[in-house]
Amino acid sequence: MNIHEYQAKELLRRYGVAVLDGHVAWTADEAIAAAKQLPGPVYVVKSQIHAGGRGAGRFKEDPNGKGGVRVVKSIEDVKTAADAMIGKTLVTKQTGEHGKVVSRVYVEDGCDIKRELYLGLLIDRDTSRLTIMASTEGGMEIEEVAEHHPEKILKVAVDPASGISGFHCRKLAFGLGLTGKQVSSFTKFVTALYGAFLELDCMIVEINPLVVTGAGEIVALDAKVSFDDSALFRHKDLEELRDDSEMDPKELDAVKNDLNYVALDGEIGCMVNGAGLAMATMDIIKLYGSSPANFLDVGGTANAARVTEAFRIITSDPNVKAILVNIFGGIAKCDMIAEGIVAATKTLHLKVPLVVRLEGTNVDLGKKILADSGLAIIPADNLADAAQKVVAAVNGTRASGATKGA
Amino acid sequence: MAVLVDKNTRVMTQGFTGAQGTFHASQGIAYGSTYVGGTTPGKGGTMHPELNLPVFDTVAECVAKTQANASVIYVPAPFAADAILEAIDAELPLIICITEGIPVLDMVKVKRALSGSKSILVGPNCPGVITPEACKIGIMPGHIHKRGSVGVVSRSGTLTYEAVAQTTAAGLGQSSCVGIGGDPVKGMDFIDVLELFLKDDETKSIVMIGEIGGQSEILAAEYLKRENFAPGKPNKPVVGFIAGATAPPGRRMGHAGAVISGGKDTAAAKMEAMAASGIHVADSPAALGSTMVKALKG
Repeated sequence: MNIHEYQAKELLRRYGVAVLDGHVAWTADEAIAAAKQLPGPVYVVKSQIHAGGRGAGRFKEDPNGKGGVRVVKSIEDVKTAADAMIGKTLVTKQTGEHGKVVSRVYVEDGCDIKRELYLGLLIDRDTSRLTIMASTEGGMEIEEVAEHHPEKILKVAVDPASGISGFHCRKLAFGLGLTGKQVSSFTKFVTALYGAFLELDCMIVEINPLVVTGAGEIVALDAKVSFDDSALFRHKDLEELRDDSEMDPKELDAVKNDLNYVALDGEIGCMVNGAGLAMATMDIIKLYGSSPANFLDVGGTANAARVTEAFRIITSDPNVKAILVNIFGGIAKCDMIAEGIVAATKTLHLKVPLVVRLEGTNVDLGKKILADSGLAIIPADNLADAAQKVVAAVNGTRASGATKGA
Repeated sequence: MAVLVDKNTRVMTQGFTGAQGTFHASQGIAYGSTYVGGTTPGKGGTMHPELNLPVFDTVAECVAKTQANASVIYVPAPFAADAILEAIDAELPLIICITEGIPVLDMVKVKRALSGSKSILVGPNCPGVITPEACKIGIMPGHIHKRGSVGVVSRSGTLTYEAVAQTTAAGLGQSSCVGIGGDPVKGMDFIDVLELFLKDDETKSIVMIGEIGGQSEILAAEYLKRENFAPGKPNKPVVGFIAGATAPPGRRMGHAGAVISGGKDTAAAKMEAMAASGIHVADSPAALGSTMVKALKG
């Protein structure tokens, strides 16, 4: 789960991480009130969306105007900036061309920036440990630094048994060229951030840029926090930070129905059991010349209700021209899936061609249920056969110009 | 021979009296494996109502009374790391964790506890381990397997079944199948399992199924180049597949570990590294069996 910058900073502040003073504002008037609580005379107004590249981004309503992060020098300009952002659509490198609507801004204290650094904490799967990464290339996209200048990324892995130690921080601090008071300030910052990461069950915490101020303090200028979804059960209070408007409506619907769904831009809707097989099904659709409209893992405990919900979400995408169901039953039983398919097809009055491949536990029973249903379901014998048939069905609909099939 | 499990494996179940533990233990028994008991804290001293096997409060007690030498875990995610730690403490040689959705920081601690211990962990978030016609531990459908010569190792459950069905249909069968699971922090990784397959006489060839995300397939390809595809080494044919060629970067595809985070963890990069090492890369998930048949013909 991702959260907004202002929420991340509010949380990190509680764990002793140095952040600047600031307040969230949902209207231009609130932005004025927020600015009045800050010392001034420099303020920063920042659009709050779950995507990076906001400063370089542009608003759809004003493509030649300024970006999604603006440094201003009066309360009046805070209002102007807030007016230009709230309710407008910000397009950045990470949002895609459709952009994201800014519903709120963060009004923050200005800062005397001497250096911009990068700091990131994540679980490194190669070491199976929490790894702290730092770089002198603050403000840049770290993936690009990693690709072109891997030597500029410093890393330390923390043994979970002994936890973070002074040397971890010093190793990074000296590597970044910090001196004197900056080193102790950095050590305090990293130690606090490490504590927050563990306490909050984070997946990734990125501070980019981390700044060294003129006074030698280390402060987070931006903060990106992502939580481990599997650990949210022990952080019920974090649930209220979830911003549903940031999610694709179909994906939100899927989350609420406990389905693993990712929206894509192709034309064949997929319902599969198991994440690996679901990805492989997408791949084989591509191999046979079409493209998948979604990733959907219906899981091992699929029953008629879940299958119906899955079909409803798949067909709510207007790009879907055919559906491929690919089930290799282990825990999932083919007869239960088949009953679900029959029920869903009838309830939803399915109008696109449906290809079903069943294999594994109770497969014969499942195939019989489909055959006896009298519905226009196209059965497939194996994965390749299924992919061929569903791609042919899409091409058939396109050729005839019809959308009817099942 | 096969790897990890065989006729001598004595299986205990943690989360024994729960719905999952009960169902999959009964399936394992029906398959002919030796299940000896299990744990459900608070129900120690009773008999499992459906399976007529003893229930214990602690893993240590279960091991002492039943001589279990492998444990399978169906404990719910919030308590699963604790269950693995208990099995490590009881010095079980083999621990297989099926549970999905364990917090990653819990697994970081578990991984630390494994180092220097007497235990091997398979999983979590995996289908389990099977040696056909000998021992089935986990949630895979037993009937698709056939005892034979192909060792199967995979990050994905249902895609493993695909490899099994195709190698069974090709008349080859499997020596053992190991699902290592889809989590970023886990027990055995590809190299650990490949090492066992290379040493195992019954395993004549290997199917290896990976996914997007992480470097472990690339490290495994380098390992195979060094330890398998070199003069004087076993030179067992290996067929590989990577799921997720069409997955968009930055999106988690179901498995916690299946996300392209930049650079070398794409399907294309992995398939390229595999092909360069000498692995026969199947271009389609439907071609695992046929690619193996071709590879065996040389």
